[in-house]
Amino acid sequence: MSSTMINVGNPAGSVFKRRVRGKTLILTSMMLPGAIWLILLRYVPMFGIILAFQNYKTYSKAPTLLNNILHSEWAGLGNFKFLIQTTDAAVMIRNTLLYNALWIVLTIVIAVSFAVMLNEITHKLVAKTYQTLMFFPYFLSWVVVSYFVFAFLAPKDGMLVHVQSSLGIKPTDWYNNAGPWPILLTIANLWKNIGYSCILYLAAITGIDASQYEAAAIDGAGKWRQILHITLPHLRTMIIILFILNVGRIFNADFGLFYNVPMDSGPLYPATQVIDTYVYRVFSSMHDIGMSSAVGLLQNVVGFICIMIANTIVRRVDADSALF
Amino acid sequence: MDTIIVKTGTNVKRRRAARLNSVSLPASILINLGLVSFALCCIIPFIFVVIISFTAKASIEANGYSFFPSAWSADAYNVAFQLGRQLWTSYLNSFLITILGTVFSVLICVLYSYGLYRTDFRYRTFFAFFSFFTMMFGGGLVPTVMVCKQLLNLNNNYAALIVPLLVSPFNFIVMRTFFKSSVPEEIIESSSIDGSGEYRTLFQIVAPIAKPGIATIALMNALAYWNEWYLSLLYINDSKYIPLQYLLMMMQRNIEFIVKNAGMLGTEATRMTQNMPTSSLRMALCVFIVVPIAFAYPFFQRYIVAGLTVGSVKG
Repeated sequence: MSSTMINVGNPAGSVFKRRVRGKTLILTSMMLPGAIWLILLRYVPMFGIILAFQNYKTYSKAPTLLNNILHSEWAGLGNFKFLIQTTDAAVMIRNTLLYNALWIVLTIVIAVSFAVMLNEITHKLVAKTYQTLMFFPYFLSWVVVSYFVFAFLAPKDGMLVHVQSSLGIKPTDWYNNAGPWPILLTIANLWKNIGYSCILYLAAITGIDASQYEAAAIDGAGKWRQILHITLPHLRTMIIILFILNVGRIFNADFGLFYNVPMDSGPLYPATQVIDTYVYRVFSSMHDIGMSSAVGLLQNVVGFICIMIANTIVRRVDADSALF
Repeated sequence: MDTIIVKTGTNVKRRRAARLNSVSLPASILINLGLVSFALCCIIPFIFVVIISFTAKASIEANGYSFFPSAWSADAYNVAFQLGRQLWTSYLNSFLITILGTVFSVLICVLYSYGLYRTDFRYRTFFAFFSFFTMMFGGGLVPTVMVCKQLLNLNNNYAALIVPLLVSPFNFIVMRTFFKSSVPEEIIESSSIDGSGEYRTLFQIVAPIAKPGIATIALMNALAYWNEWYLSLLYINDSKYIPLQYLLMMMQRNIEFIVKNAGMLGTEATRMTQNMPTSSLRMALCVFIVVPIAFAYPFFQRYIVAGLTVGSVKG
């Protein structure tokens, strides 16, 4: 209040103030393209949560989205009934949680080991080559990966199928037999994503002061003890944070992996159905807008709670790494 | 003379220290073996697919897909070039979408992150929260698709393949971090004193300094657009607009479909599908997609690594 009083009587001050206001205006204009996009494609759909509580019907007189929503009947919690009435919900929630839990742990263990190993390669060019090759799958889409998998598992022509029959074993009908798919999906996921995590950890390791290792070596610590007492403690914070953040997203599955790699094959659903694919399938083939919105809403609410909890924990561990 | 002796002396000492602290030979062999086998696993499926695409039809019928086919042939590529109208349309679509998408998404990202980076910007915290909140909560797939299709008319057009990927709050974080680490705030102060407007400061002074960061974001976005098939699955019915990735995805089912229904088509069609090297054709399409990435990848890898390590934890 007092500052404005002073500024009124001070021309230089008001020029300054106008300039600040102008700057704020111009900077705000820079935010507009992004902000408008966020409003249209992120915030407006949030109101679509209503759909989860409606029997969505097209309003024949003027079928716009708003009219359809306004004229649809309320379903209360009717769209959530399937949760208790079918086994679908149990299967997809189980799959989503178990796959994610398993992969979070496996990724950390394998990526950290590879990063530690890569760090021991003294020859620069060799290390670089390993890194380049390991990172390559990360750049491919799941559609392409599904072809790679197909080359091995294709009925009749697939390499594994051929090997099986040439050994006199009855070939597995991979795309109709859900049994091996938990392992196949795990391999596919690790194959594509290990390189990425590995590079993150490697960057953290190369940031460790080399003199610590030298001192340890002079004191007679072998490689194992150096890894246990220097490398791993340095990685600890990062491992914990990545772990918690991933746990925060444990209700979200990688749609491409679960949809494309098993080629959307029906008999495999018991092993490949996750929340994301379920929402898509109910929406696109059954056109049940109420139910698919309901599943999506549940996923988002639970996911939101998980992320909030995860973030609170991360902030306790290392305040700088918290998302907000 | 003296200096040389001293130099070699320290060199030997350093080498000895390095040797003292390097792993033993058996351990080194084990480590290399482990890394080599995983590294090979990462590249072998692609090589396998290339081999299959060059395998003669007779060889596939006799031996299935094999690393050592009995007969080679470029038939798949011939057929792809002959039947290729859809292939070229899709190739063009992929390039178009990648280029337009990258340009606009980078522009939006640079503008937005610049505001987030400016500590003297009044609404900085508001806009930061405004974007980060969407990383945690959203309307979900169905409401988003319905809004895009029915309200924004993102339906069977190029916009449907570009607009939904334009903004990524994660990239805002990465870009802001790049600005923070490479552009000192004094530069902005001094250029504002020199009378440079905000836009001019951003594009003529800040952007050139933050070029490596912008390159990283551009490459990450280009890759996302090039690998995009999900949006086609949601928004595209017309084959005129489909990009290469989605064509590949459809081919998985469609070639099979043609072969299965060969009996119901005319004799000409039957003959064609019988002679078509379906399996190798499919793999040839896959090669078409991966080759641009495989060739460009070693050059842009370094930028992507930089981007990942900057935004690593705050994924």
